Amino acid sequence: MSNYIALTYTDLLLASVFLVINGLLSLWLHLGLERKLAIAAVRMVVQLILVGLLLKSLFSILSPWLTLLVATSMVLFAGREVWARQDRKLRGLWGFGIGTGAMAFAGAGITVIALTTMIGSDPWWTPRFALPVLGMVLGNTMNGISLALDALHTGISRERVSIEAQLLLGQTRWSALRPVLRRALRSGFMPIINAMGAVGIVSLPGMMTGQILSGVDPTEAVKYQLLVMFLIGGATGLGVLAATFGSVWRLTDERDRLRLERLTRPKDPA
Amino acid sequence: MNPENPLLKVSNLTRLMIGPVSFDVGAGESVAITGPSGTGKSVLLRAIVDLDPNDGQVQAGDIIRADVPAPDWRKTVAMLPAESGWWLDHVAPHFQAPDRIRRQLSLVGLPESAMEWEVARLSTGEKHRLALLRCLEGDPKVLLLDEPTAALDHDTTLQIEALLKQQLDKGTAILIVTHDAAQAKRLAHRILRLEDGRLQQVAA
Repeated sequence: MSNYIALTYTDLLLASVFLVINGLLSLWLHLGLERKLAIAAVRMVVQLILVGLLLKSLFSILSPWLTLLVATSMVLFAGREVWARQDRKLRGLWGFGIGTGAMAFAGAGITVIALTTMIGSDPWWTPRFALPVLGMVLGNTMNGISLALDALHTGISRERVSIEAQLLLGQTRWSALRPVLRRALRSGFMPIINAMGAVGIVSLPGMMTGQILSGVDPTEAVKYQLLVMFLIGGATGLGVLAATFGSVWRLTDERDRLRLERLTRPKDPA
Repeated sequence: MNPENPLLKVSNLTRLMIGPVSFDVGAGESVAITGPSGTGKSVLLRAIVDLDPNDGQVQAGDIIRADVPAPDWRKTVAMLPAESGWWLDHVAPHFQAPDRIRRQLSLVGLPESAMEWEVARLSTGEKHRLALLRCLEGDPKVLLLDEPTAALDHDTTLQIEALLKQQLDKGTAILIVTHDAAQAKRLAHRILRLEDGRLQQVAA
């Protein structure tokens, strides 16, 4: 890594000038975006600096329990994000539980398998490998699951009459919900399918770019990127399936009824 | 009609503000349910087909509701809701045997080409008449009808009533929710009134 160029804080300050220009343009054109832009930028700076410090100390302490603690809180934060991104959520603990459970099962499960077999870091939970891989897998699984659950819950409440019409004709709950379920799965899978199709032509993934910038041979960086994309694709798929099936199971019952009262109602826009 | 040997037997049914209610409908008998709006006439029908959680025993002939899977129950005791539901773009694929049903379309005052129509272009009344044929397609023993002619003109209403009388002659039991007192008189052997969660016989 001899040709790695370290950035100075002056470089960063210089780069932020472009964002400041955007803020000034928003003020001048009365777009009303400058406040949101400023808050988001400040959040980004604070969060990234903190995470940098946190990772630096985690890497040097090398404790399995601290690593587990950080990994768990990452899963919980992702679960909260999935919960918050749905217009209509399952009532009670289910709302948080199904999304978080699906992510823990698919995201964390696949990350552990990858660390123990493919990456083979020693010990396998070495935070320098475990946390970035978990972060990338979780971020994408989170997107997929929240899109799928949002589509599922919106679809089920919007199409109550047609779902119940099928139930009344003697269909089972799984058969009556299949059209809505299929659409929900499609919206959950779409981002990762699109990302795989466009990668390398339209977009150079951030991780690969980062490795190349820090001096890694591009073909080696590509191998890592492929590994990560496979993990992300697999985890997103499994997570989306687990979350949507869990939610359909919760929104129906053993007498093949639709139980919409288990779903919250969104507030009407004022 | 055979009141000693009821086809639909409802005992102590309870759901939300309704019940416990108990009543029977015989084979070939038609019973109308009337009552002010909001008293839960539709809720009662939904409870009988087990579309909402409810307590009580319901029986169709010798089939006890609790003993069979819900989809099988709903094929025996079929309900036509006030709002018909559609999940595909065209009419035909909503039926099990569209070609057989095509010949029955005239019974509800629709042309044979209605099978090829797009669901999005149907009027409420057209949807409702097609939904009735779809509901009859599985040959249910008991029919629960929620305002089956609310969106129809007088002539079509009489046509639908004739079709329902054919079903009665075949021995089907019919429970019909209606606002229309004249229709209840024309079609029903007995009229029950649902008020404050209780069912009372009005006229025989």
